[in-house]
Amino acid sequence: MPQPVIVARDLVKKYGEFAAVDGLSFEVAPGESFGLLGPNGAGKSTTMRMIGAVSTRTAGGLSILGLDPDRHGPDIRSQLGVVPQADNLDTELRVRENLLVYGRYFGLPRRVVAERADELLEFAQLSDRGQAKVDALSGGMKRRLTIARGLINDPRIILLDEPTTGLDPQARHILWDRLFRLKEQGKTLVLTTHYMDEAEQLCDRLVVVDHGRIMAEGSPAQLIREYSSREVLELRFGSDRNEEVARALEGSGDRIEVLPDRILVYTADGEAELERISAAGLHPITSLVRRSSLEDVFLRLTGRSLIE
Amino acid sequence: MSGSESEAPYRDRSATDDATTDDARRAFEGGIRPRRFGAWYVAEHRFRVMWSYAQTILVTGFGEPFIYLYAMGVGLATLVDRNLSLEAGGVGYLVFVAPALLCSAALTTAVIEFSYPVLLGYKWNPTFTGMHSGPISPGQIVDGLVISVVVRLAATVAIYFGFMLLFGAVPSAAGWLAVPIATLTGMAFGTLLMAYASTIREDSGQLAMVQRLVVLPLTLFSGTFFPLSQLPWFLQWIGWISPLWHGTELTRVVTFGYAEPVWLTVLHVVVLIAMTVVGWAWARRIAVRRLAA
Repeated sequence: MPQPVIVARDLVKKYGEFAAVDGLSFEVAPGESFGLLGPNGAGKSTTMRMIGAVSTRTAGGLSILGLDPDRHGPDIRSQLGVVPQADNLDTELRVRENLLVYGRYFGLPRRVVAERADELLEFAQLSDRGQAKVDALSGGMKRRLTIARGLINDPRIILLDEPTTGLDPQARHILWDRLFRLKEQGKTLVLTTHYMDEAEQLCDRLVVVDHGRIMAEGSPAQLIREYSSREVLELRFGSDRNEEVARALEGSGDRIEVLPDRILVYTADGEAELERISAAGLHPITSLVRRSSLEDVFLRLTGRSLIE
Repeated sequence: MSGSESEAPYRDRSATDDATTDDARRAFEGGIRPRRFGAWYVAEHRFRVMWSYAQTILVTGFGEPFIYLYAMGVGLATLVDRNLSLEAGGVGYLVFVAPALLCSAALTTAVIEFSYPVLLGYKWNPTFTGMHSGPISPGQIVDGLVISVVVRLAATVAIYFGFMLLFGAVPSAAGWLAVPIATLTGMAFGTLLMAYASTIREDSGQLAMVQRLVVLPLTLFSGTFFPLSQLPWFLQWIGWISPLWHGTELTRVVTFGYAEPVWLTVLHVVVLIAMTVVGWAWARRIAVRRLAA
């Protein structure tokens, strides 16, 4: 087993009395794609800032590339590629210039930076936009430029904080494709997300975080297997009848979950379960059988929905 | 390293500081140049941004001195010189007022470069956060800003000084010292403003207030257009705390041999340097607080 590139032990970050991160322990292996999944305010971004060596921890142990970020911040950061939640491209500069000035921060010679800038513009599918103003780019393009910027130093670890939040579906898929390529190149990715489809697409392994603590850890498939059933039957009886019907449904499937607008029945075979329910004389307005997702895992673990 | 350990005695470092791996060695190498030259890289970034509005910089850089020197030094001077034998050291009004215009120009430029770019960098377009995500430290960001503004100020002031020579406003041979003095004057006020601007988290027009309630009175009442002694005694303190007064008086000493006690000349230098250092150090502290919380 190769030495992990990130080791966190009982990591704590407090703001006054409030513990944003409350004892996280995890390791990330080189080349791994690791996710922090959780709702807004779970402590994901705070954790990312500590891993990014820009925020000091209150307690616990943290090692990035074998170094303590308290003492070796600049050294560690020279090996990271950071894609923050909010783009902080310089809007006073043009697209390619953003890569040029950023590359210089790592002490790279101008010639090297210029070469890499052109390669990365191509990678980000922005070659024809090099001279454009940043504000003229779409949201998806800005994100890709931010990712390109994060790659200018050929980083060992890439940190992505909510990489596709706020993007339309098409832009998200383009971005996922780019990130998947990085993963194929053997880059270590650490990403936070509150989208379960994103976590399922990109993460080899993830931790589910809530209130600054780890609720579960594993690959997406493992987590679904462990905390959910194979399929989920979604039933809608109308919001005023859900509670009442739920009582009648008790005992159906492995478990049921009553949400304000629908009832979820966790079961190995959704179609069969639906037939049984219909035979019992309960007729939902709409019904849907789908595979379990990380959303269900999260609901099971916290009793809350991921996006509220 | 024992110092940093004592700051946080309960942090677990047992297995976390293994500097012998390849990754760690690579990180150390990667950190060398940014640690050494980071501030220069920040300045480089700033120059590129300035270059993007170079036209404005050039037009104001050349237009302003001409307009002001002509209006004040030639236009207004005909009136002043006819009616007053000033306490201005026995020189014409143009020669008297030119150092003040020069220092005011430095101050104005410093105000521009140290106000909105700072707000922008922390908040509106948080490029400082971006730099700090890379290997640049908060202190280096401030230093880089300072370097870039010193260069911009020196260039602006040098052009201005060239116009002063053309207008015949510099009788003394030591007059060229006006360039570093005016630059220092801009920095003395500018670094303090930078520190203040760094503390602004919610913008509710504070900088516009500074412009109206601080910069404008300073420009008018710092012995600029008339000697400080013309002000009533209860307003003269403005001059004593004004970097513009200290800078202008000092410039007058070098451009036309303005007579003042030596201790006062020394005091001007000391005040200007002290303000610059205090503002700079304060801005660095705030940068650490804001970026590395």
